[in-house]
Amino acid sequence: MWSDARLIAAKDLRIEMVSRVLTTQVLPFGLLVLIVFGFAISPDRQVVGGGRGDQTRAVLEQIAPGLFWLAVLFSTLLAIGHSFAVEAADGNLDALRMAGLDPAGIFIGKAAAVLAQLLVLELVLGVGALVFYGAPLANPVLLLLTMIVATIGIATAGILHAALAAGLRVRDTLVPLLLLPVLAPVLLGATLATEAALFGPASDGWPWFYGLAAFAVLYVGAGILAFGSLLEET
Amino acid sequence: MTSSGVGLKFIATPLHTGSTGSRALGVLTLLAVGALLLFALVLSPPEISQGDAVRLFYVHVPSAIVSLYVAFGITLLGSVIYLRKQSVFWDLMAGAAAEVGVVFLGFTLLSGMLWGKPTWGTYWQWDPRQTSTAVSFVLYLGYLAVRKLDMDPTARSRRAAFLGIVSFFNLFIVRFSVQWWRGLHQGTTLNPLDMQMANIMLFTFFLGLLTMTLIFFWLLLHRFRVAWLEHQLAEISLEAAIAERRDEDDPGSSPALAAKGIS
Amino acid sequence: MMAVSLEVVSDPVVVLEGAVSLLGNFPALAGLDFSVTSGEIVLLQGPNGAGKSTLLRLCAGLAPLRDGKGEVLGMSLATTQGRRDVRRQVGLLGHQTALYDDLTVEQNVRFWTAAGRGDLAMINPALDRLGLAQRLRTVPVGGLSAGQRKRTALAVLLCRRPKLWLLDEPHAGLDRLGRDLVDELVAQAVDSGATAIVASHELDRVAGLATRVVNLAGGHAPAGRTGRVGGAPDQAGHGAE
Repeated sequence: MWSDARLIAAKDLRIEMVSRVLTTQVLPFGLLVLIVFGFAISPDRQVVGGGRGDQTRAVLEQIAPGLFWLAVLFSTLLAIGHSFAVEAADGNLDALRMAGLDPAGIFIGKAAAVLAQLLVLELVLGVGALVFYGAPLANPVLLLLTMIVATIGIATAGILHAALAAGLRVRDTLVPLLLLPVLAPVLLGATLATEAALFGPASDGWPWFYGLAAFAVLYVGAGILAFGSLLEET
Repeated sequence: MTSSGVGLKFIATPLHTGSTGSRALGVLTLLAVGALLLFALVLSPPEISQGDAVRLFYVHVPSAIVSLYVAFGITLLGSVIYLRKQSVFWDLMAGAAAEVGVVFLGFTLLSGMLWGKPTWGTYWQWDPRQTSTAVSFVLYLGYLAVRKLDMDPTARSRRAAFLGIVSFFNLFIVRFSVQWWRGLHQGTTLNPLDMQMANIMLFTFFLGLLTMTLIFFWLLLHRFRVAWLEHQLAEISLEAAIAERRDEDDPGSSPALAAKGIS
Repeated sequence: MMAVSLEVVSDPVVVLEGAVSLLGNFPALAGLDFSVTSGEIVLLQGPNGAGKSTLLRLCAGLAPLRDGKGEVLGMSLATTQGRRDVRRQVGLLGHQTALYDDLTVEQNVRFWTAAGRGDLAMINPALDRLGLAQRLRTVPVGGLSAGQRKRTALAVLLCRRPKLWLLDEPHAGLDRLGRDLVDELVAQAVDSGATAIVASHELDRVAGLATRVVNLAGGHAPAGRTGRVGGAPDQAGHGAE
């Protein structure tokens, strides 16, 4: 399983190194999403207190965590879509089935490649969100750990649901419909944990971190168990 | 791989959607609807704090319970059995239950909003239940979308079954996370435990639960039978299609080559 | 449907009895009896839409077996596990070449060889054999011509060393040298113990190679149209695609 996973992940990352779809398309898209949120929610809009403390804060700063994770989620849809588009272009899915690879290995490999790409993306978008929205950063450790576990959940659930639609003409429209409600709790948990990491207190964030970790474990398990039968086309 | 094998064949036997049993169920359902209307609208009193809006409670909560637990529970059960035994019966049952369940959940959302307007002053309150119900609704719309995919039927059934199982767990993940998130914001809800319930109101609530359950099973039975008949039809047409396929003329083939030998 | 033949001396590689395979609701294979024994090179012939590609995909463990009996290399096509086992042992070259456009020829061949538990030491000889010059090997596949892609896919097949070769129009898109090369590769593979099923419209070419011709029409093999190849078959009336 692990050697197959390594093979698949290395292949997907090598494709990314050559095609640069993440860096030249997904990443700029994510940054653009952050910026257009600024258009939609005026940077001048202020709110008093905002739940914590009495000082006046910009709305944008206050909702920065949620906007950041929304931008990540939208970018995820692109990254996941591309991860399966390369397999569908020339009948490669059939060839993967023919190769006799361990399906759990394929799942882990593809999820790991997406995970690595998303983490890079989040690092850049995170800096972007801090800069654009002017949010403080009270607890970087919580933020980093939240990013990692939330992204494991996002990547595994994403690959799993994308496999459901792999090779179908309606793939691009079906995957968001399936994936977004599933990831709604992750969006919620990651946003609240990030809020705690930015504005404190961190103790508000840790329960959500554990929740996100549980979600990740659940989906890693589900993928290992079910990916084989989802990949079958007969 | 067509029968359920667990004594549920009577559900699928008739060659039309009605049977003596389903007609009896229909009559019973109508009687229950009549009784519910009488109790919910006439005999039961208004509630102390909510007034007449409480009457929505007799259909709103039962439809939520029936869709979330009965309907999607059947979808879960059918999906598990399908994956274990490849039983078409349970695959179709899972799909039918989800379809009717989504309708009930839609009704739950609608009646909840109608109740919210007079009670909260707004249709949408971001109440934990309301929010998670909306997400669950979309979750199962996705399940139904997968059931409609244009692909190999066996593979589609398998993928749907996977989703039927995962969605049930997601239901709870969504519910818990939203509850946790909005826990502090909990206001008035249509929760029987929150309310001053007269005995007659309690009775009406259970009558509502019974009625909604009857309506659900009546719809489920008919939806399932339509699906089952479609399945039978596909089986029959398959034989015809095979015969037709074998008769396809092949003007391109070479008789000379064919004459070279026999096998 | 008693296709069990007593004159079979070598091992059966493919045994289909009354095989039905559906594409959606369409019976692409409608009760096909078909068998291949070890060491044969079977030429599949028939008009477009006769079911040739589906038959090859069925033998590869990719298309579903809806009804009837199906075995490849002694493994059943009726179960998921059986189909998975079959897939490892057979090689299919269809209309699609299953190559990643962004990876080079060599990276593609290396990936698929490793994935299919093929022989990594075979990669360079295979690329040499397919006439893919050094210069070409470091070029992303996306920049190759259709013929060069096909040669790359054939190189993968060589490295994987399948026991059963399933070739769907292997000559399409190749130049004359390439076509000769395909014939040589098939002949060589069969010499070293493999079996091959080739669907082709290029009768003059494959007939010389094939040990047997099977005619498909309407998703089955009509009786009396299947024969052993004696000489070059008469091609009159058989239009090219």
